[in-house]
Amino acid sequence: MMSSLVPLLQETLRSLKVALWFVFLTFPIMVIKVHPLEKSIEWRWQNMIFVGLGTFILSIVARILMDQGKKRRKKRALQHAQKYTLVQTILREPKYLYPLAFATLAFGLVFPWIFSSYQTNIMITALMYVVLGLGLNIVVGLAGLLDLGYVAFYAVGAYSYALLNTHFDLGFWVVLPLGAILAAFFGILLGFPVLRLRGDYLAIVTLGFGEIIRLILENWNEFSQGPSGISNIDRPGFFGIELTLDQSITYLFYLMLLLVVFTIFVVNRLQDSRLGRAWVALREDEIACQAMGIDKTKTKLTAFALGAMWAGMVGVIFAAKTTFINPASFTFLESAIILAIVVIGGMGSVVGVIVGAFVLILLPEYLRALSEYRMLAFGAIMVLVMIYRPQGIISTAKRHIQYKPKPDDKHKKQAADPS
Amino acid sequence: MSAILKVKNLSMRFGGVVALNALDLEIHEGEIVALIGPNGAGKTTFFNCVTGIYKPTEGDVLLTARGQENIRLNGLKPNQVASKGMARTFQNIRLFQSMSVLENVMIGRHCRTKAYILGAILRNKATRDEEQETIEKSYAILKKIGLEKYVNESASNLPYGAQRRLEIARALATEPSLLLLDEPAAGMNPQETKELEELILRLQQEGQAILLIEHDMKLVMNLSHRIYVLDYGTLIATGTPQEIRNNPAVIKAYLGESDDDSQHRSHKEGANA
Repeated sequence: MMSSLVPLLQETLRSLKVALWFVFLTFPIMVIKVHPLEKSIEWRWQNMIFVGLGTFILSIVARILMDQGKKRRKKRALQHAQKYTLVQTILREPKYLYPLAFATLAFGLVFPWIFSSYQTNIMITALMYVVLGLGLNIVVGLAGLLDLGYVAFYAVGAYSYALLNTHFDLGFWVVLPLGAILAAFFGILLGFPVLRLRGDYLAIVTLGFGEIIRLILENWNEFSQGPSGISNIDRPGFFGIELTLDQSITYLFYLMLLLVVFTIFVVNRLQDSRLGRAWVALREDEIACQAMGIDKTKTKLTAFALGAMWAGMVGVIFAAKTTFINPASFTFLESAIILAIVVIGGMGSVVGVIVGAFVLILLPEYLRALSEYRMLAFGAIMVLVMIYRPQGIISTAKRHIQYKPKPDDKHKKQAADPS
Repeated sequence: MSAILKVKNLSMRFGGVVALNALDLEIHEGEIVALIGPNGAGKTTFFNCVTGIYKPTEGDVLLTARGQENIRLNGLKPNQVASKGMARTFQNIRLFQSMSVLENVMIGRHCRTKAYILGAILRNKATRDEEQETIEKSYAILKKIGLEKYVNESASNLPYGAQRRLEIARALATEPSLLLLDEPAAGMNPQETKELEELILRLQQEGQAILLIEHDMKLVMNLSHRIYVLDYGTLIATGTPQEIRNNPAVIKAYLGESDDDSQHRSHKEGANA
């Protein structure tokens, strides 16, 4: 009896301390209210009680939850057997995965006809971030190169369409591959100086690179018209037919859907190839990787280029969608959000990144009901995801190549085995 | 027997520290050669110089492999050295932990295969065939090493001895003319060491030339045809196991000269342990 009471008492005491500490911390803002005009101070003592009680209860609830989590983890550790979660099972089994993928695609195809053009527009943005996330996933998730300046390639794509369109009147379909190639070129340009860097150092240099591109765009007025940006960019052409605004939104939606499908296809194939294996090996151990004959330079540069390419393409589409761009769209925050998509979704997992993009882009939109608390709730959700699922919403149940001995191999074994 | 590896006058200096001093070494076809020496003698530095991790300050490393004679290796990057036909294992295991056993070996096949971006995306017949061949060959190597039962297992789940053997399998996948093993028996129990000895012997009988760094003297004496002894970066002896065993310079390097000298040494080693 005593033995169970003592820890309980300790926990309660600890929660009490936490509550007191919070009361102390929030005292100046929650309790004291200064009216500078009337030169009076209002003491709101009831707020102190609310803060104290609220923190105390929340702290106890958190403790109970953590305790249960610990017990559950212990139990799981005891069972030991590697079991896949429901989501992982679905993703591993083609007989579940394919119908699910087709259902999602079918839903995507009818989406613009069911929902308003406002909703469609939001969905276009979400799909753009899916592609951005998948692109960054090549660099961060597969090759393990932490890139904080990814938005630079996005900017390269957007500005290449904006500039080529206004100056040379080049159409969307011409610039789309051009933007991709230009961004890939910039990817290699960034890749060269950072070949030797890893981890934190790499993050800092890529961060700098992203800022350099933005600052150039902001300050080189003759080239990019500075902060005022470039307007009147053409929307994507549709066989020379003039489209109304609603029609062009629908058109862009389908275009984005197509690009997403294409990206998933390419990224999946890259992941399961000789090159994808080399990326993962490079992430795991650079020295061993080189000793096994993998060219570090070439492999890293390919990762940078192939990652940047998608950002370039989405950049072109972004410029065509908004018809106006300025450097304010390409701040560090954008890089951070794309990185958050990859990390929260689940590094290295294609489905994870897709889910991550939808959560991170759609959630703030649908949280608008909470008005000014929107970003607060958004932040809280991000923190909670990272606490309870540090491996991301959908962690990779990595698909290993399964080797099955050939049938004649089995024959030999059976022949050797008298039973 | 022609020489596979010729090392001539190899020196490596880190600032004022002479890690390797004018080393000469030769390895012939189908031979097991061991490189021994006390801790800090420069054995691993030698490996790193030869495999391109360090660039030697002076001297030549010449490899005869894959139908090419006397390829000069110094200045080449590690991956180029590997594709020229020399593969190594590491003193501290450096496997790709999150990959499966088969995939680890498949990484070794990387420099013998070609498919790249386009091949990966289109997955045409040539790429599929190459991939299948990579899998088959990797499996064959695992079978040879005796790891085929772990084929789909994650590399990190393997027992210690098997992880060491997987490193050898991965190195073999690069089709090396010369295999460098950096302390392959380190941390192994007697049973595992014995299995390793059999494995190395079997590889040698198949014609594989091997250069071995090892502290386990029993293993070295049993396996090697010739032994080189390093101390403070200088070669102090070379010869057959029998000759090395009785060489006074080697005994001196390992045990120290006079009574108090040897006490000093063992004290120092005790402190290191």
